[in-house]
Amino acid sequence: MMRPILTVFVKEFRENLRDKRTLLSALILGPLLGPALFAFALSLSIEHGATSGDRPTALAVSHADRAPNLMAFLHQYGVDLQPIDVDDAGARADIRSHRHTLVMVVTAEFGKQLGSGEPAPLLLYADSSDTSNGRGLSRVRVLLEQYGVLIARLRVTARGIDPLVLSPIVVQNVDVATPSSRSVVFLGTLSYLILVTMLMGGMYLAIDTTAGERERGSLEALLTVPVKRQQLIYGKIVATCAYMTLSLSVTVTAYSIALRFVGLEQFGMTVNFGPLVALRVIAFCLPLVPLGAALMTIVAAFTRTYREAQTYLGLVLLVPTMPLVFAGMLGLRPTAPLMAVPSLSQHFLITSLLRDEPISAAFLALSVIATLAVGTVLMLIAGRLYDREALLG
Amino acid sequence: MIRADNLQKTFGKVTAIRDVSLRAEDGRITGLLGPNGAGKSTTLRILYTVLKPDAGDALIDGVSAIRDSLEARRRMGVLSHGAGIYPNLTARENILYFGALHGLSSAERASRAAELIELLEMEEFADRIAKGFSQGQRIKTALARAIVHRPRNVLLDEPTNGLDVMAVRTLRKLLLRLREQGHCLLFSSHVMQEVGALCDEVVVIAHGRVVASGTPDDVRTRTGESNLEDAFMRLIGTGEGLAPWSSDGAVGEGGPSGDGLG
Repeated sequence: MMRPILTVFVKEFRENLRDKRTLLSALILGPLLGPALFAFALSLSIEHGATSGDRPTALAVSHADRAPNLMAFLHQYGVDLQPIDVDDAGARADIRSHRHTLVMVVTAEFGKQLGSGEPAPLLLYADSSDTSNGRGLSRVRVLLEQYGVLIARLRVTARGIDPLVLSPIVVQNVDVATPSSRSVVFLGTLSYLILVTMLMGGMYLAIDTTAGERERGSLEALLTVPVKRQQLIYGKIVATCAYMTLSLSVTVTAYSIALRFVGLEQFGMTVNFGPLVALRVIAFCLPLVPLGAALMTIVAAFTRTYREAQTYLGLVLLVPTMPLVFAGMLGLRPTAPLMAVPSLSQHFLITSLLRDEPISAAFLALSVIATLAVGTVLMLIAGRLYDREALLG
Repeated sequence: MIRADNLQKTFGKVTAIRDVSLRAEDGRITGLLGPNGAGKSTTLRILYTVLKPDAGDALIDGVSAIRDSLEARRRMGVLSHGAGIYPNLTARENILYFGALHGLSSAERASRAAELIELLEMEEFADRIAKGFSQGQRIKTALARAIVHRPRNVLLDEPTNGLDVMAVRTLRKLLLRLREQGHCLLFSSHVMQEVGALCDEVVVIAHGRVVASGTPDDVRTRTGESNLEDAFMRLIGTGEGLAPWSSDGAVGEGGPSGDGLG
């Protein structure tokens, strides 16, 4: 029973090792290029975040002479004041033309109304759709509010009232994020990328097994050997699994190495992705390998040509990644029923590993068993499909 | 020995073969002749177990190709239509792979592959990757692959398609040699001259039915035509789809095929 499967496996493995396209997609492009690009993009965004945080906020002020105390206050808090002279239309034009990202106009009645205890109007111009100034705008707002509170306190103190009555509530933020869990915000897409790369590693074999053999005309000869068709397809699926496992191992190792070069530490984050964690990520993803291989083989069995199979399998790559997208959108947390969903459970396991959270043995067992069960069912279906006459096309 | 009893097969609404019965004896070359789409390929495909008939039975050395297809497959070698081989394996590896699938030990299949490579004059390209093979080289590889397990019965679907003169000669020599050794050979063709020159027995198929069978001489006598080509024309009703002869063998399976499979 096992010998024909082994024969087919060895032949498929060796033949595809000689196929440049398979090798390129299974072992080089996806598994290595992905991590490199990911690390590059990550370090770029971190660098950008670091520099924009250090930069003083620039604020163009028209008629600064109408509020000298306010200007002194803003200057004290590191706002880079640039005196200009514009009216309402001029301020709008300056923002739109990107000459300034923030413009404040001190109104003529500002000083008088402030002196008489009435709300004193200030005009702050900014483009909220321009993300590059988001930080500056909120910073200036906070400073203006603080200035307002300062004046209010002085006023009530002058009237003989304890300024504490103005602060009925004090809120203190307590951030319990560990360095590891904070970096998960950045690494949220990692499990998605790992799973897609793993599937891609077996894609060309899955196509070759059915549509490819048919197109080359070798399928019919293969079906005349005294071996059950199921054994032929199982041998091919095992070869597909082998390439997926290779892709998975290469890409996880590459991520583990590439992320060491990303300066997450300067933000108080650590990447919990050492060799031991990498090994566990690979181990937790392994049950998904036969499922993916069988699924891709089934879809390829329905297609008539290599090209058609390629198109459909591109879509199939999205299927196992759909749960991940939903999990991200709905903010799902691991629960028993969710751990029985293949690919979603692997996503949770990878995330937990990277967060350095304890993993419940029951959840892990549930993930492995449920994923292998679905994979077995799909394998049986693939075997059935290979028995159809329509397979010959 | 190969026997087909009242085979019938439909694909959707198209009836590919209605009632095909034939016998191919050991030590003889039997030719299945008919125009494109007559049902030759369908008949052969049922015999070599990749299709199941709607009615009738097919026997390979008395073993039913329908009820005991694995055992029937052990008793035959098949050169399927198009003779597709694996492009990333060498010719020798292609042969060895099928040897392994037929359950030969590694020593057995290695010596058998070497033997076939010599027999079919494949030494020059035996250890080259099959990707750039000529049609002749491909057919030889596929042929060696088909008989790696020394089957008693050999079925060939349009084996001379696309072959050059030299390759056709090699193929013909091999078929004659296998006949000498007592093998049962059944091949399909739409090239009349080839069938006339090579076959001991002829089975003429048209529109999914057997319209005549016997030795080429029998067929000529029965139709009252002195020339085989005229005899076929009379049997089939039209010459359409039949190739008289082509020296380079470049007669393709062009045009729409009636059985839906080509």
